[in-house]
Amino acid sequence: MIKIVRKLQLLVACLCCTAISFAQGTSQPDMADVMRSNGKIYVVVAVCLTILIGLFIYVFLLDRKITRLEKNKE
Amino acid sequence: MQKNWWKILSFLLLVYTIVGGFLLDVPRLFILNETIRNLYFHVCMWFGMMILFSTSFVYSIKYLRGFNLRNDIYAHQYAAVGSFFGILGYATGTIWANYTWVTDQSQSLGNILREPKLIGAAIALLIYGAYFVLRGSFTDMDKKARVSAVYNIFAFAMLFPSIWIIPRLVGSLHPGSPGSESGNPALNFKDIDGRLRLVFYPAIIGWALLGVWITTLKIRLQLIKDKTLLHD
Repeated sequence: MIKIVRKLQLLVACLCCTAISFAQGTSQPDMADVMRSNGKIYVVVAVCLTILIGLFIYVFLLDRKITRLEKNKE
Repeated sequence: MQKNWWKILSFLLLVYTIVGGFLLDVPRLFILNETIRNLYFHVCMWFGMMILFSTSFVYSIKYLRGFNLRNDIYAHQYAAVGSFFGILGYATGTIWANYTWVTDQSQSLGNILREPKLIGAAIALLIYGAYFVLRGSFTDMDKKARVSAVYNIFAFAMLFPSIWIIPRLVGSLHPGSPGSESGNPALNFKDIDGRLRLVFYPAIIGWALLGVWITTLKIRLQLIKDKTLLHD
């Protein structure tokens, strides 16, 4: 039993070592870190939010218009 | 107002999708880099499309059970908005693939055109396109509703082999397919990151609810138009 546990421990240790060396061998993928650090990403968020809010206002007004039409028909 | 809580929920979820989707941390991946955030937009279009097509399928079956024209209108409008979502998914996918497959992986045009996921999605959308052509070619209301309901069931059944099964069998550049392990170290849904799930699942619900909202508007408009035909 102890032998098996030892073997498992060794295996885990080996796996950890290979994982660490693997991580060191590869460089970090490029990300838009500059955009995040100088805060320009907030501009993108603001623009997209404006579009989304505009879209929702449009759909909401359509909804109200159709509700009014439905009431007129009855 | 009490009936409209899901419209507000859709709005809040989509605001969260944009704020969280752009500002929260995402895993650093090669090739995809920052474009992994497209997961909250491009993939949600396809999920929304599946939900809308499924609803359309259910209404087609309901129509065939009772021949109520109201159900035919529901099925038609859900399929219409579903196709619109599908087209948006296709268009966003084109842009995304242009940067991750063509520019970064220097895949040839031939490889892209041979891409089974793209062909499958195009076939699925064209089958739904034929649904609208079929509807337009009838003059008799009942015949139109009956034939197009049957065709809609066939179109829904064709979705599964064309966009779910075949791309997974033959392998493709698209994430989630066997070939992507070698060619594209992209998103694998088995180990999709917890940070992505945090925005991804609310985004699916938000986009799907927006699709349903637009569909209900179209349905209500059609019901007003066809008031004289429905007589109920």
